[in-house]
Amino acid sequence: MSTITRAEVAVAACSDLFRGQADILASPAGVVPTIGVRLALLTHAPDLMISDGESTILGDVPAVDEPSTVSAGYLPYRELFELIAAGRRHVVMGGAQIDRFGNQNLSAIGGHARPMRQLLGTRAAATNTVNHMTSYWFPRHSRRTFVDKVDFVTGVGLDRARADGAAAFPFHRLHRVVTNLGVFDFSAPDSGMALVSLHPGVGLDEVREATGFPLHMRTPARTTRLPDEQELRLIREVLDPRKRREHEVPS
Amino acid sequence: MPDKRIGLSEAVSSIESGMTIGIGGWGSRRKPMAAVRELLRSDVTDLTVVAFGGPDVGLLVAAGKVRRLIYGFVSLDSIALDPLFTAARERGELEINEYDEGMFVTGLRAAAARLSFLPTLAGIGSDVMAANPHLKTVGSPYSDDEYVAVPATPLDVALIHVNRSDSGGNAQFLGPDPYFDDLFAMAAERTFVTTEKIVETQDLLDEGSFHTLMLSRMYVTGVIETPRGAHFTTCEPDYGRDEAFQKHYAASAKDPDSWRAFVAEFLGGDEAGYHEAVARFHAVQEKK
Repeated sequence: MSTITRAEVAVAACSDLFRGQADILASPAGVVPTIGVRLALLTHAPDLMISDGESTILGDVPAVDEPSTVSAGYLPYRELFELIAAGRRHVVMGGAQIDRFGNQNLSAIGGHARPMRQLLGTRAAATNTVNHMTSYWFPRHSRRTFVDKVDFVTGVGLDRARADGAAAFPFHRLHRVVTNLGVFDFSAPDSGMALVSLHPGVGLDEVREATGFPLHMRTPARTTRLPDEQELRLIREVLDPRKRREHEVPS
Repeated sequence: MPDKRIGLSEAVSSIESGMTIGIGGWGSRRKPMAAVRELLRSDVTDLTVVAFGGPDVGLLVAAGKVRRLIYGFVSLDSIALDPLFTAARERGELEINEYDEGMFVTGLRAAAARLSFLPTLAGIGSDVMAANPHLKTVGSPYSDDEYVAVPATPLDVALIHVNRSDSGGNAQFLGPDPYFDDLFAMAAERTFVTTEKIVETQDLLDEGSFHTLMLSRMYVTGVIETPRGAHFTTCEPDYGRDEAFQKHYAASAKDPDSWRAFVAEFLGGDEAGYHEAVARFHAVQEKK
């Protein structure tokens, strides 16, 4: 096998987000998480469900840039909202900003009355985070995105979810954050973000430098696992033969 | 069955300044763009627009038609952001209620069911609450749970675009998703349906099963045949998004001079003139 790229490590890390999960809809945003979910389906999590992101639940596992040819279910947007409310989903969202407690901002940068930069709007981040498991994917881990305080909370973080007591947010489950530099969770004593592992070749200082808040560290830092040979074959030959992953995370 | 066919200008001229209008479709998908263009030609202003926003929102906002926008997002799908909408927001000139999509749908459901609110988990803990100080929460009478009481979003008028309709307003979608068009209609006092084609009722099932009969005529006030009436958004399977034209729209929207030229070229005349200008645009593109 040729040198394993950073994008391939990130794909395997995204696949690992879905360990032990079955019969739920995996909804990844981004190329790397999409390949990761499909890799999970073809290896350790065969009972996951995926959709085309529009209105169809897939009955096959096509390459990331190929259309599906087998439909297993109908999932128009209205049904998606029912499914979210029923909780049978694990979303991997992106965002413009995330803070130490996993508050995420998709809406706008700057004051909300007159933003410096208007983005998409709130979308369904609040719906997602209060209803089912949520992870995040950031292909460019930087101080611009990993901020001390997000400008507008669209996805609800752990400090807010716990402020009113656990009963106020019965279905809130922030799982993990995967970036181009490492894997993180919210296992700090105060529910803040903690380093789970550094991708091979990434130093602790590089992550600290790219993060606008203090990260909880475990020492010695673990290294994110490499994809095994079967996974590499699936990524390179089956799921992403045209290397779309390398555009999202350049080597 | 009543004949509800009317002209596009007749339908749109019944919309008055200050009204709340819901616009169907989703992002840059099956938007009632012909009706939106007719609104641009009218002198209506001060509208409250309720939409899963796409270029409909961008165009109406840029034309100064919108006083308040109620939305969950505004996107062109294949292009993430609508420059006309983002520019209006960044100038701080638009009154908004930016809801989470789950809350947005809940508000329409409440209106459709003639309730003043409906409870939902969506929104709790997010800044949507602080940004919309009129929002209240409601305690469950059965448990300690606290929910967002999303106020109903009743509409004076809903505008939606469909693939087929009969002359009575029984309306059919043939694409992958009905979006929330029936909900918009049910939340509205009056609903105008623009359609690619008006067909006989007995022919409605020629192209799709009865599951595609999304909207019963009981919710429809007027039907307008507007071929390519969703252009440049998708109207599958009749046509996909006109990506080249949408790109031209988005690029023009980023600069005031190019935008004035775009308006003059495409939005200065009637609907037939619009489609002629779009055809000319594609002819020039092909020569390039």
